[in-house]
Amino acid sequence: MNSIFDRDTWQEIFGSIGQNKVRTIITVIGVLWGIFLYIVLSGIAKGVDNGFENQFERISSNSMFVWAQYTSIPYAGFKTARGIDLQLNDVESLRKNIPEIQYIAPRIQKGNFGSAAASVVNGKRSGSFAIYGDYPILLKIRSKDIYDGGRFINELDIKESRKVCVIGERTRKELFEDNINPIGEYIKIENIFFRIIGIHKYVDEGGGSFDDDGDIHVPFTSFKRIFNSGERVGFLLIAGFDDVDILKVEEKVKTQLKIIHKIHPDDDQALGSFNLGALFDRILRFARGMSFLSLVIGITTILAGVIGIGNILLISVKERTKEIGIRRAIGASPNHIRKQIILESVFLTIIAGIIGIIIGAFVLYIINIATENLDNVPLKNATVPIKFILGALFLMIGLGTVIGFIPAEKAISIKPIEALREE
Amino acid sequence: MIEIKDLNKSYVMGKNSLHVLKGINLKINEGELVAIMGSSGSGKSTLLNIIGMLDNYDSGAYQLDKVPIKDLDETKAAKYRNKFLGFVFQSFNLINYKTAIENIALPLYYQGIASKERQKIALDYLDKVGLKDWSGHLPSELSGGQKQRVAIARALASKPKVLLADEPTGALDSKTSDEVMELIIQINKEGKTILVVTHEQEVANMCNRIITLKDGVIMTDIKSK
Ligand SMILES: Nc1ncnc2c1ncn2[C@@H]1O[C@H](COP(=O)(O)OP(=O)(O)O)[C@@H](O)[C@H]1O
Ligand SMILES: [Mg+2]
Repeated sequence: MNSIFDRDTWQEIFGSIGQNKVRTIITVIGVLWGIFLYIVLSGIAKGVDNGFENQFERISSNSMFVWAQYTSIPYAGFKTARGIDLQLNDVESLRKNIPEIQYIAPRIQKGNFGSAAASVVNGKRSGSFAIYGDYPILLKIRSKDIYDGGRFINELDIKESRKVCVIGERTRKELFEDNINPIGEYIKIENIFFRIIGIHKYVDEGGGSFDDDGDIHVPFTSFKRIFNSGERVGFLLIAGFDDVDILKVEEKVKTQLKIIHKIHPDDDQALGSFNLGALFDRILRFARGMSFLSLVIGITTILAGVIGIGNILLISVKERTKEIGIRRAIGASPNHIRKQIILESVFLTIIAGIIGIIIGAFVLYIINIATENLDNVPLKNATVPIKFILGALFLMIGLGTVIGFIPAEKAISIKPIEALREE
Repeated sequence: MIEIKDLNKSYVMGKNSLHVLKGINLKINEGELVAIMGSSGSGKSTLLNIIGMLDNYDSGAYQLDKVPIKDLDETKAAKYRNKFLGFVFQSFNLINYKTAIENIALPLYYQGIASKERQKIALDYLDKVGLKDWSGHLPSELSGGQKQRVAIARALASKPKVLLADEPTGALDSKTSDEVMELIIQINKEGKTILVVTHEQEVANMCNRIITLKDGVIMTDIKSK
């Protein structure tokens, strides 16, 4: 029996599929399209996955915010529409009662949530900026990109209520000349001098943060002094341990805060919250859904393409009935014929597969280059693992073989004498 | 070489049955050149196809080189055809996208002979039929006589014991017919057993035995030389 490595086996295959080149090419494009779709879509899905992972890598994904608003149900002798303020000692209470909490960072702010921004002056330049009173523990929940040799607020700053600040990149641009390093310089916030200790870069946290780079961070205690905010807290950033369900933590936090602040248990308006864990979960599920979808689309398209190849070979077998009869007359066994047709099918499938993979990989490469420097596109390193590619290729070889059997059996079902009589 | 006893063959088409061969008895020895004559529809092709294992028969016995041939499965039939028989058809039946030499090498491919060897053998036979310079030509670039010579070379390439030719000159003019027949005679002189189906008397006269069929029965069987 002639092996598939025999040059002439291939000559036989090329000889017959080369007879109707246009048709062969169109058929091949069907399968090619399938594998191409699969490669590009799953590559993009992977890229989106990577992209989100990249964006979330600086924040604790298992975290949430909570803030207070106005009550909507009268309770414990209080009228409705009572304004609630979170207090600094809520932190202790929450810590004590909810062991799932890993970190809590209280924050007080001005220039966000409707309050007026603070006016800030540096010599002749001035502007209005959001001011945040923060604790160093914030960094455990949200990493800040501090550059130019600066630092974030530390414990000593808090303890001594130091007049120091960390400014955003845009704040820097508006208040300083480009060639000046603002670290160590002083700016006036509401007429009080603050020394700049760091500059932070804007990091998109996927909508999970109210921070941007047009802001100023000061020690919580210093904020308290300048703005007379007392024990008030704007909102709490809470991170759960890695293995806890942050949605449950959110519930517990709210319940606890409702008890502390005498809010009706059913009052959904009094406390606002934003759960990053839930968002993260949704995104993860989205990325996974996309991978699955690309798999389904890819496989169905490949399947349709391979069936197309089977179909074309069926037509080709019919057209070549006479030729097959001649081959049988001069000594081709049913096995020879079967093998040749299946090889044609597998060969066409593999060629289509390889070209599809190459074009798909090329398109992914282009996408990667095009999105490399775009921060607002959540796409990073869109690739398809080699084992998935090999898997797809083997799937196609398998499908090509199975589908090839149909025209092959058709071909050998015709008796040589009948095949020869065909015109 | 060929022994046929009381062979019967009918074609069944729906309710109708056409009895085509009605008790054929025939013995052909090695090295004979036999013409099978008869008018159209007398069953010549049917007989040749049965001898060539392309078709089955209903009753009787058929032995080829002492091997009984009856209801062979297709794989076995293919093997025997490849080993024992070479076919030449009226319409040449060359594969149109293969060159002359590739057509001749094809039976050898199915015998599992290595590529180089195939080329060599095919070229030898191409030379034998006088078409050495035409090896790279496609059938469409050859004349009718040349095509039939390529077909004969292909039939011979697998070194069959018997050459079966169904109207080999049917599509050729008389001059080319003579050339093809001379080639067949020459091959016969080298010892090959050959059966030629024809309805042309001149062609039949060139053979050393003429069997005449009429309505599926052998009417005459004359050895001329
Ligand atoms: N496959 C077939 N089915 C039905 N009838 C057939 C078939 N092949 C041949 N015949 C009939 O059998 C008879 C003999 O045919 P054939 O052997 O081809 O005659 P010849 O070659 O002598 O002209 C004819 O009447 C023909 O119509
Ligand atoms: Mg006939």
